[in-house]
Amino acid sequence: MNGAQDLGGQMGFGAVRQEPDEPIFHAEWEKRVLAINVAAGAMGAWTIDGIRAARESLPPAQYLSSSYYEIWLAGLNRILVEQGFVTPEELQQGKPLAPAKTPKRVLKGDEVAAVLRRGFPYEREAEAPARFAVGDAVRTRVMHPQHHTRLPRYARGKQGVIERITGCHVFPDTGAQGLPETAQWLYTVVFTGPELWGRDADPTSSVSIEAWESYLEPA
Amino acid sequence: MSGHHHHDHDHDNHFTPIEARVKALESLMVGKGYVDPAALDAIVDTYETKIGPRNGARVVARAWTDPAFAARLKADGTAAVAELGFGGRGGEHTVACFNTPDEHNLIVCTLCSCYPWPLLGLPPVWYKSPPYRAKAVIDPRGTLADFGLTLPEGQRIRVWDSTAETRFLVIPMRPAGTESWSEEKLATIVNRDSMIGTGLPRVQESQRGTAS
Repeated sequence: MNGAQDLGGQMGFGAVRQEPDEPIFHAEWEKRVLAINVAAGAMGAWTIDGIRAARESLPPAQYLSSSYYEIWLAGLNRILVEQGFVTPEELQQGKPLAPAKTPKRVLKGDEVAAVLRRGFPYEREAEAPARFAVGDAVRTRVMHPQHHTRLPRYARGKQGVIERITGCHVFPDTGAQGLPETAQWLYTVVFTGPELWGRDADPTSSVSIEAWESYLEPA
Repeated sequence: MSGHHHHDHDHDNHFTPIEARVKALESLMVGKGYVDPAALDAIVDTYETKIGPRNGARVVARAWTDPAFAARLKADGTAAVAELGFGGRGGEHTVACFNTPDEHNLIVCTLCSCYPWPLLGLPPVWYKSPPYRAKAVIDPRGTLADFGLTLPEGQRIRVWDSTAETRFLVIPMRPAGTESWSEEKLATIVNRDSMIGTGLPRVQESQRGTAS
């Protein structure tokens, strides 16, 4: 969706500001938000794109005025309610009021190291050969889906070149909607600066995105 | 373990509103049996003490000193970093982006905050914030200027937008004057920003001309 998260090319935010000697966390609650997100994700009830979609569906004014862990907290609360794990009243009161849903699994403390080390690989067995080859000219589709997508607005309808075939990867747009998992070929597509930003752009710059096959058509 | 109290005083007045909301969520998630408090503590401990940019620095230093490793890293980043024991959540698929005299690499995630967690740890706030995510793709040289970095004349710039589950690690060029250095000493000059592309490795004056 064309939400506030799709920031590439927006203006008015000012210079990038670094924080000297930045700590890993700025408050205790940030640590707990990170940990609850990781542990809740391990229940297996939603995909990584499902939780991204929950964060992206925050109203733009809220998204842009929230810190990153505030966005994570709001997104997690939203998906937990949407999927029936908790009720808004329970979130208010901080205690169970309704029967619990049975999660597919619960990550135990002694499993954390192994689960994080293994991760959740996204490559799948391909069912068909890749449509595009390295060096092919492609054009990204123009689309504005209401649902989650990983094709940023600044890179829609643009001509680029396939630089690399990454593999056959889980397709985010459907997974985020809770639909059965599918996978598509994933490519690194490179665009020149002027193709993306017009003739005034730096001709010695280029930008690549990772694009799933259905985002692309032959140029 | 952090010694964090999981059930105390959820709505006491000394908590800020955000602290109270997080405590309420944690109590609820534990109370409903969805998360194990020990797992929460183990996750925090992992990202606070076990994973950080020193992991990525080891990969870079190995690539600088072992041409066969550098070739494997270029061909299959995921397999090569696994040789050093790195990989997993937030870095399941790794691609190494080698800087050259002709081209400098810069990593961003315009849509969220994708970042190679197993190699660099959690991202700094600026990496996750609108100014960087907005500017890196449209004005990469201006973005580098915000970091005090100006590229040599003639060096192109390539920006990688992390729109999938592939994670990118910049392999900076090895600074001149470090030819006699050990892999361990080289790792000390590979800072986090040099592996994102917003910085370069820096040799301190005190380190110059000394081997080992």
